Amino acid sequence: MVTPIDRAELLRLIETEDTQVVDVLPRREYDESHLPGALSIPLRELTPETVADLSTQKPVVVYCHDGL
Amino acid sequence: MFDYVGGIADWKAAGLPFEGIADRRERVAEATRSDPIICRPDEPIVDVRSRQGIDRWEIAAVVDCDGVVVGRLRPAALEGPDDRLVKEVMEPGPSTVRPDGLLQPLVDRMERRNAPHVLVTTPQGNLLGILFQEEGRRVLAGESPTRIWRDCDGCPGRWAASAD
Repeated sequence: MVTPIDRAELLRLIETEDTQVVDVLPRREYDESHLPGALSIPLRELTPETVADLSTQKPVVVYCHDGL
Repeated sequence: MFDYVGGIADWKAAGLPFEGIADRRERVAEATRSDPIICRPDEPIVDVRSRQGIDRWEIAAVVDCDGVVVGRLRPAALEGPDDRLVKEVMEPGPSTVRPDGLLQPLVDRMERRNAPHVLVTTPQGNLLGILFQEEGRRVLAGESPTRIWRDCDGCPGRWAASAD
């Protein structure tokens, strides 16, 4: 289940928990700019293997460009 | 799992730092003061008159209860009767800019239009701060915003021009 959050909640998660932030934009866009510390896992490359390094014990926040 | 719905567009629009090889030219956020004088539409102007720092202000932002900019107030607007409300004397719907915009063309535009300041908001209209044209120029000239604003100790919403 995916829970939508806004910027304030994201900042709270980053500050208070060991949050994993994942950028699902294409790699070129990730290279251009991404949230500090974000991992790049482009949406088209999302597979059990590419997310295997993410901890299931910590919050995971995904984002794209603007939610559209 | 969480979905940050606003995405990186929302993050940048809020003026937050980001990593990557993107264009590093100065952005509006870098020269934006976060301490503008703020008032509510339903405040009597007598209350605004007594606000600290009001003697040196040039502009106040009028925001609703959600922090969304609904107007701006100039000093001359406070000269009326005490019981008048801010919403009766404010300029509604002022132009605003986003913090992730390029600073140079905005400052140039402000100069051409003789606009000494502009309010900075999120795309949703929430107030983030105020940009003064002269402060934008100083940042573009390489001065640190921190230093500029330290010069302004005690004058909320305004950088005090130094004697030199």
